[in-house]
Amino acid sequence: MIVYIIKRLLVAIPVLLILIVSTFILMYAAPGSPFATERGIPPAVLANLQAQYGLDQPFHIQIWRYVVGVVTEFDFGPSFIYRDQDVNALIGQGFPVTLTYGFWSFLVAVLVGGSLGILAAVRHNTWLDYLAVGISIGAQVLPNFVLAPILVLTFTLWLGWLPGGGWQGGQWQFVILPVIALSTSFMASIARISRASMLEVLTSNYIRTARAKGLPMRRVIFRHALKPALLPVISYLGPAFVGMITGSVVIDIYFSTGGIGQFFVASALNRDYGVMMGITILLGALTIFFNLLVDVLYAWIDPKIRY
Amino acid sequence: MALLDVTDLTVSFDTPDGTVKAVNGMTLSLDPGESLAIVGESGSGKTQLAFSILGLLAKNGTAGGSIRFDGQEILNLPEAKLNHIRANEIAMIFQDPMTSLNPYLRVGDQMAEVLMLHKGASKRDAFAESARMLDAVRIPDARARLRMYPHEFSGGMRQRIMAAMALLCRPKLLIADEPTTALDVTVQNQIMELMADIQRDFGTALILITHDLAIVAGSCVKTLVMYGGRVMEVGATDDVFADPSHPYTRGLLNAVPRLDVPQDKLETIPGDPPDLTALPAGCPFSPRCPASHAPCAATMPVQEAFGAGRLRACHAAREAVA
Repeated sequence: MIVYIIKRLLVAIPVLLILIVSTFILMYAAPGSPFATERGIPPAVLANLQAQYGLDQPFHIQIWRYVVGVVTEFDFGPSFIYRDQDVNALIGQGFPVTLTYGFWSFLVAVLVGGSLGILAAVRHNTWLDYLAVGISIGAQVLPNFVLAPILVLTFTLWLGWLPGGGWQGGQWQFVILPVIALSTSFMASIARISRASMLEVLTSNYIRTARAKGLPMRRVIFRHALKPALLPVISYLGPAFVGMITGSVVIDIYFSTGGIGQFFVASALNRDYGVMMGITILLGALTIFFNLLVDVLYAWIDPKIRY
Repeated sequence: MALLDVTDLTVSFDTPDGTVKAVNGMTLSLDPGESLAIVGESGSGKTQLAFSILGLLAKNGTAGGSIRFDGQEILNLPEAKLNHIRANEIAMIFQDPMTSLNPYLRVGDQMAEVLMLHKGASKRDAFAESARMLDAVRIPDARARLRMYPHEFSGGMRQRIMAAMALLCRPKLLIADEPTTALDVTVQNQIMELMADIQRDFGTALILITHDLAIVAGSCVKTLVMYGGRVMEVGATDDVFADPSHPYTRGLLNAVPRLDVPQDKLETIPGDPPDLTALPAGCPFSPRCPASHAPCAATMPVQEAFGAGRLRACHAAREAVA
């Protein structure tokens, strides 16, 4: 198992390199420049700027310098837009915020979605089932850019219970609304997946065996049915977590939380090459890491999978 | 007193295609330690009979009539009360050993939980007893095997594990639902020997559900022939095989391939198993029966006793005597 994890981490290195190179090529090929403004910059100034950021160099030199900087010094270069800020500082400032509400959203989505789905399956075709299915369909069709303003309207403007934005170092009042807005649709997907897979597991022969042993239903569910029913949920969790982090742009904009989501979108619009590359690599690494985590979890649950 | 008394049992299922009548007024009784084979083709209601004894019918199923076990009515008992009987007093071995054990749990945990639940055994004692039981069903190196997962065993081994698991609480009744169907012939034989040993060593009453007559002949004292959810004929296995009284039993016995006489084609019973959503008012076998005549399709023959403790339900057989 440990050998397998090390192997997977080693494979991650070329994957990340390919990601860096292909993102760099795409960015290079896209028209526009970080220094393009409406008024235009005098040619001499532009040449100076380009020389300062190394954009006057040929493509292969640029990419080589970038990769060497990342690999040897973990230096993701300067931001092309935010003066005197380098990419490491920007990510270091935005990522903890994103990670905080991302983590809580993930937890809420898994716990609420999972329980809702399992409850619905166990009480199949009762009002509880219909209620759970209704909630999850409702939550699924409500995108976060619609839900966020509704939440602010309700809890900030009408009820006055929670602040409608800001972060304040992550105090709980400021975290709740972003977490609800971000987790709802993932919660709904998890509820749907876990309900379907639990329903299938409950009709399997080994569940009938468990019942024939006289085990109380609670034990049949938690000991015999839960693990297999969670397998499809787990394979969804890897992409879901990364989707939460990338999908956080809406949250950052509505709630002014200051996470990396807003930097990511802004960097693409402003051609802030440094920030864009940095966040892309970060998300790529996260994706690889979570897929590995999912595979390890899978092997832990299913004894037939051994590496 | 009989250990098990099934009286006028009916089992039906609500399906989108109509009501499926799987069991239609079955009556049978079984003494302690007795072995009974229930024979019939697929769809004759054998498995649903077994499931209704343990309260394992699918959610769309309803059962009526009466099942008394050890003097207590157990049909449609609430789940909580049934759980005291399941595995503890009545245990079951299922058809498909490949899917009947939980693939995600170690064999030892699956076995031990039965004893911990019903006998309040400690984990340590439960594992020790489980190992002894695996030993009894001739699984070598039982202690080490307890730590293994079901996929690490062959089909025959898994059925042995199922048998060992079923016997942990020394139940008074063991129901084996086609325990050998999914296994190859040599393994079938081993499992049947195991069943016979279990019966002898533990004094367990056995209901063996099967469509394989060769298995019945060697293993059960009594045989019950079922068709369309009804009892066709019951009697001592030797009598039923030597002198079948019901046309359906004769048809089944004729259909057994023989090695001692040259045969071009296998004998069959013409026609198809009955459509359980639209059974005839009379005998369910009448559309396929060579002896069928006027009263057969209209009225169900009553079960009558004849010979040495035998029962049958057939108009033609009764008239032949009269």
